[in-house]
Amino acid sequence: MSTLTTNYLAPSGREEAWRFTPLKRLGGLQIPETSTTSEISFTVKSGASSQVVFKEIDSADLTPSYDSDDLITKRVRQEVARTSLLTIAKDAELTEPIILGRYCTGKPQVSRLVIEAGVNSVSTVIIENSGDAQIGEEIEIIVSAGAKLNFVTLQEWSSDAIHLGQHHALIAKDGEFNSYVITVGGSVVRLNPTVDFTGEGANANLFGLYFATAGQHLEHRIHVDHKIANAKSRVNYKGALSGKDAHTVWIGDVFIHKGADGTDTYELNRNLLLTDGARADSVPNLEIETGEIVGAGHASTTGRFDDEQLFYLQSRGIPSELARRLVIRGFFAEIISKLSNETIEERIMDRIDNELSKVGV
Amino acid sequence: MSELIVKNLQVSVETDAGSKEILRGVDLTVKSGETHAIMGPNGSGKSTLAYSIAGHPKYTITGGSVTLDGKDLLEMSVDERAKAGLFLAMQYPVEVPGVSVSNFLRTAVTAIRGEAPKVRTWVGEVKEAMAALNMDTAFSERNVNEGFSGGEKKRHEILQMELLRPKIAILDETDSGLDVDALRIVSEGVNRVKANSDLGVMLITHYTRILRYIKPDFVHVFANGKIVEAGGPELANKLEEQGYAAYTTA
Repeated sequence: MSTLTTNYLAPSGREEAWRFTPLKRLGGLQIPETSTTSEISFTVKSGASSQVVFKEIDSADLTPSYDSDDLITKRVRQEVARTSLLTIAKDAELTEPIILGRYCTGKPQVSRLVIEAGVNSVSTVIIENSGDAQIGEEIEIIVSAGAKLNFVTLQEWSSDAIHLGQHHALIAKDGEFNSYVITVGGSVVRLNPTVDFTGEGANANLFGLYFATAGQHLEHRIHVDHKIANAKSRVNYKGALSGKDAHTVWIGDVFIHKGADGTDTYELNRNLLLTDGARADSVPNLEIETGEIVGAGHASTTGRFDDEQLFYLQSRGIPSELARRLVIRGFFAEIISKLSNETIEERIMDRIDNELSKVGV
Repeated sequence: MSELIVKNLQVSVETDAGSKEILRGVDLTVKSGETHAIMGPNGSGKSTLAYSIAGHPKYTITGGSVTLDGKDLLEMSVDERAKAGLFLAMQYPVEVPGVSVSNFLRTAVTAIRGEAPKVRTWVGEVKEAMAALNMDTAFSERNVNEGFSGGEKKRHEILQMELLRPKIAILDETDSGLDVDALRIVSEGVNRVKANSDLGVMLITHYTRILRYIKPDFVHVFANGKIVEAGGPELANKLEEQGYAAYTTA
């Protein structure tokens, strides 16, 4: 249980990092006075092998390898008694994805997971979130030299769940980190996928898909820090919104520090507003301290259905509802198809289809 | 035997400066097996005629009627018109990102025919139609119209027409942007569908070039939002020599 001796303060809502977030709907997770539990909730659903180790250890035995100024992360580090550690052996080439699932019930809790992908390993880790959680979490992802890690996190929460957290990747020399953040459930989801490069030739591809229906607040705050030379990052998040007070926030911060010569970065966010009454905030930020780069750019668009697309499909006999679904599926296909996992692709699309039929799109 | 009857059709479009009348009373009947060329200068309203019949929401029908086999097309939604047997080959086919040609074709054919095509015969049917239009099979894995060349877009339109088997097809400037080889392939496709299905065709064009490949039974001159002269194929020869000046200076 937490105590009142804290090294963090509750946000007031005026802070840049919290100005979009509905603080009253966080179940008090941002307030030090709220007690939390920290039971380990992950189970390995599949992908266990001799080259994969999943265990719980005392948090004190696994100190964080980076500093975070995120207050949820600070809280997690202070309050979480046991940390889950997933280790993928050096040189392992895993064809089957490692699936960590958790079903969380609605009491305030904190969770910390560390994933270590060993040198030159190739693996896919999928996190499946369900239930009506009130959870603050930190996931620290260490991509060792030459390793390739596909990291998928599925927020399939039920409609009253609250999920706040930071997913921080440290990518070593020639490492490749491909992240897929899929957020379709929850009342409030606020995730900070952040990236640090620790060696040259490192590569981060951050993909995201979110679909917000009436009353949902889905927030993704990306931060990619290029301190090391010759690293590459790509960010592509796509979202659809439908219904009254559906709200999404996408922040894309990319910082290219002095000395990060040869950086190559591009970030993209597209939002599709399916009905009136929904709101998509999209804020790309690019700060560049060196001119010696390969490329840096960003783009953000928010728009409605393209009437010409719908007319084209309908003129081929396709009824308007089906035409809209085709367009939405097509919109997300760019992200979904990269998952290379048909079971999950279908599950996400089915979930989106269900949400669409509920709102009559 | 099908019959598309357009009677005294009047259409306007909303602009910033208010409502603008584009079609001023169009009368036209297209029957199965017939090919009607609608020829006219740019801006005369030819494309508006095509899109109004197909039901594009941009256009407001202010008067007249359009029926297909006695059924009121103007009362139908866009997809219902297609199901009734109408097809519009567009001048500028629209890109649909993330939707593959094969998925699109199967969805459209399922909607039009009222049941999903049999997997066994469907693949062959598509392959055959694509081969006839000189289309590579890899084409079906691409996204609808995304990154297609002008010729590929038009061939894709004719491919759809072939698979959807409409009663009446409106071809809106299908010849625009095509080189001679592509024009020949596309025209052969239209002629093949006509030969196999008794299709009635409304061929909208600015130039007489395509009429060397697709022979019209009737030629209508379109100017200022209506048909101003009608005749047989010889009328096209007259237009070829004299242009549209006689119709637009009045």
